[in-house]
Amino acid sequence: MNKTVSIVVLFFTIFLSCHTDNDDKANNTTVSFNFSHHWDGTPVTNQDFNVIKFTNENGEQLSIERLRYLISDITFTKQSGEVLKTNDYNLVDVTNGENLTFTPTMIIPSGIYSKVSFTFGFKNEKNTDAVYQDLNIASWFVPAMLGGGYHYMQFDGKFINSSSIEQGFNYHAIRAVDTSGSEPIFPQDTFIIVNLGPVTISNDSTFNIEMNIAEWFKNPNTWDLNTYNQMLMPNTTAQIMMFENGQNAFSLKSIE
Amino acid sequence: MLISTFIIWSCSNESVDRYSPTPNPLRIPQLFQDKILNPILPPNNPQTIEGIALGKKLFFDPILSGDNTQACADCHTPENAFTDIDRFSKGIDGSIGKRNSMPIFNLAWNYDEKFFWDGRVFSLEHQAFRPVTDPTEMKSTWNQVTQKLQEHPDYPSLFQQAFGSRSIDSILVTKAIAQFERTLISSNSKFDNFLLGKATLTAEEQNGFNVFMDETKGDCFHCHGSDNNPLWTDNLFHNNGLDATFTDLGLGKFTGDPADNGKFKTPSLRNLAFTAPYMHDGRFATLEEVINHYSEGLKHSSTIDPLMKKVAQGGVQLSNEDKADLKSFLLSLSDYEFVNNPNFKNQ
Ligand code: HEC
Ligand code: HEC
Repeated sequence: MNKTVSIVVLFFTIFLSCHTDNDDKANNTTVSFNFSHHWDGTPVTNQDFNVIKFTNENGEQLSIERLRYLISDITFTKQSGEVLKTNDYNLVDVTNGENLTFTPTMIIPSGIYSKVSFTFGFKNEKNTDAVYQDLNIASWFVPAMLGGGYHYMQFDGKFINSSSIEQGFNYHAIRAVDTSGSEPIFPQDTFIIVNLGPVTISNDSTFNIEMNIAEWFKNPNTWDLNTYNQMLMPNTTAQIMMFENGQNAFSLKSIE
Repeated sequence: MLISTFIIWSCSNESVDRYSPTPNPLRIPQLFQDKILNPILPPNNPQTIEGIALGKKLFFDPILSGDNTQACADCHTPENAFTDIDRFSKGIDGSIGKRNSMPIFNLAWNYDEKFFWDGRVFSLEHQAFRPVTDPTEMKSTWNQVTQKLQEHPDYPSLFQQAFGSRSIDSILVTKAIAQFERTLISSNSKFDNFLLGKATLTAEEQNGFNVFMDETKGDCFHCHGSDNNPLWTDNLFHNNGLDATFTDLGLGKFTGDPADNGKFKTPSLRNLAFTAPYMHDGRFATLEEVINHYSEGLKHSSTIDPLMKKVAQGGVQLSNEDKADLKSFLLSLSDYEFVNNPNFKNQ
């Protein structure tokens, strides 16, 4: 097996070195994406869950009990404009500490890229109802009455409400939908394209992506959990606010 | 050389006892094939006709209990989708357990393989070890059981046919039982047929399904599956607001994590027509009581699932019509073919 691999690698190396190209000595690399989380700078893992210990921009104290989100369409754009894209998706499950690292099935030639990006959630054409078996058993689907497809994020916890009572919240991001008519209609796209900026790849590398969880409550909309806590999936306004607040939730911390 | 001699020797030995079990892979229902991942089948215990038949015989045989009076099937009866009608089942000496018996179907699709209300046992094979020695259940010992089976006129040759060994041990017993349990597949309810385009729902059932899926009404789908998850469970553990303080810690007792206290496995909503009473302690005799619980009976506790809504008011306060329709929908998930399937009955 190992022999085959090295023969194949050897073959490609020879092949590639004969091939005349601008990026002379491009070697193929594997990239991984590592997802970590913080609350305005304080690291957050599932060890920090289930306790009221965070305070959001609006001053509400809250806990995190469940945090999962979907990322898809990792895309590398070359300076020439050529685009390398993966079809995979990954359900980051912070609650269970699963899929925090994701290695898409794509080979990235070393070189300079003007942009690396991924999608938070699914683009509409991929957000097809019922088709992803692993997501179906993860209770990740969106009811057909809300247009079907899948959740983008499921963020559940409890907060102290204005009557000083502990209450649940379900910050579930989906494709914004308006169900006031007979058929669901989609007022605007709410998946988020996260642009990690230009990068240079020379070897196999790991992108360390951070999510600042506090951002979801902050900017530009100061989130009032007393108003928006549960039943937010059919709430078009809430979905659009989530989309707006999510714009700066992710950042590229480093590449190793 | 030595090895090949050994193989030849063992082969000839086998041919004398005719060990050639017939593979009998699970027949995966179309909806399951379409919507969800493949079932979990341990490579070291493949499904065979002989293994399944032996497992079935064992499942219905009181020989597994201390005084030969109780079979698995006494607490897991086919007519009740393999649970029983008691709130707490009685063991052989009349002692009573603390939990409601669980139905047995589609367990090969319990992907995390955590069994019991609190998930304390990993894999179906391991699960089957427990009832035999449980003092509130069959109250026997594996020594006793394997000895009785070994001395039985039929069992040694049945084990030979299923596993190629006349010498019976607990591992083979549990393997056979698990094979039988994996064949208990339920996929032929009215709602399944509706999804396959072979049945139509009544207006009540359709509205009940909408209540189930509507985040502002039932919002049951976040835990109990949907038309996209025909298991009708997430196979995870939640506190659905039954109690303000816990007498049974559930998952928390097993993990030792206080954040897990009061959490129990989400049961499948298939076959509710046959599986009353409901919840881990069988506290609700009827589906009306269950629905009233979610609608206005929720109790706050620190580990209540955040998906439970309007807890301070007791719940989302469904209208009487929505409640009745929700019940009709839930009953449309019951599979009458499953509970009447002759392959699953003792005969
Ligand atoms: C005295 C009644 C009784 C007998 C006899 C009994 N069970 Fe059970 N069974 C129960 C109860 C009660 C539970 C739930 C216990 C718990 O969660 O602590 C259960 C749970 C199970 C489960 C777990 C299902 C799930 O979804 O997690 C399986 C499988 C099972 N039993 C199989 C068997 C087998 C096999 C036998 C015979 C070897 C057997 N039982 C004998 C009462 C019984
Ligand atoms: C947060 C997850 C969650 C939600 C949401 C939820 N359930 Fe449950 N359900 C559970 C759990 C967990 C149990 C078992 C609890 C126990 O026994 O302690 C359960 C038990 C049940 C049972 C009893 C089944 C049996 O065999 O004992 C029924 C029926 C049921 N739920 C119906 C519903 C309906 C209808 C809704 C929506 C109104 C709903 N559930 C919403 C998690 C949930």
